[in-house]
Amino acid sequence: MSFGEWIGQSENLVFLAVGIVMLVAGWWVVTTRNLVHAVLMLVVALAGSAALFLLLGAEFVAWTVVLVYIGAVVVLFLFGLMITRAPLRRDPVPLDHSRRWPALAVAAAVFATLAYATTTFFGWVEGGPVERNLTGDVGDLLFKRFVIPFEAVSFVLLAALIGGIVLARKDPKE
Amino acid sequence: MTINQFLILGALLFSLGVYGVLVRRNAVAVLLAIELMLAAVNINLVAFGSLLGDTLHTGHIFALFVITVAAAEVGIGLAIVILIFRNRSSVNVDELDLMKW
Repeated sequence: MSFGEWIGQSENLVFLAVGIVMLVAGWWVVTTRNLVHAVLMLVVALAGSAALFLLLGAEFVAWTVVLVYIGAVVVLFLFGLMITRAPLRRDPVPLDHSRRWPALAVAAAVFATLAYATTTFFGWVEGGPVERNLTGDVGDLLFKRFVIPFEAVSFVLLAALIGGIVLARKDPKE
Repeated sequence: MTINQFLILGALLFSLGVYGVLVRRNAVAVLLAIELMLAAVNINLVAFGSLLGDTLHTGHIFALFVITVAAAEVGIGLAIVILIFRNRSSVNVDELDLMKW
């Protein structure tokens, strides 16, 4: 399939626009010197991933991303920044290591390996037709076929909740 | 939509996250970069679940599990970061050499 045919489909155009926004936001997250900006750009990147999930017909996952990530995790990050007095650009302490080029080389190698391995395995074929309105099916599967992993992951979440409280509270003896 | 376009976007976002993990000094920024990597994995999983014709939609289910585990990871990670900040009044990962022999 040529690029002209590919870009002719409207959903691919949406994909390209959302993908570019996500990549710019992701680059901003890892390079900006103001950590609050980094968190807000993470919101943009995660919103882009939610848009891609909607494009793929996975509404439930998309809204879970919006609720859990954008609603809860990002707020948690902002609290973490406030509590640990994160550098907000005015700080003279650099936010990055000085060894930027080795990290860049490692990231490029990771990208090359991942992209080569996955794209040669799947090939440039058109994916199957995207099913819509999957929320009912996903709910059925989650509580029938995948109910044991579901319970296990809820237990992990409970353990993390208790662990977070135990770790972060002040010791009453002090 | 081909699967490969999602795989390449996922690989790009994942390598951005790898770069962030390697280059950042602040522990909260490292956690942010890890979130980016998890989001990239979710894109791959949902693309598999939607485009491979899987009737079980395993990709979607696993993306939900990844989101849950990511939420747990952020909670514990930030609690540890706050604890380190309380003890050492710094969260720069290159200054945490307590366990270096």
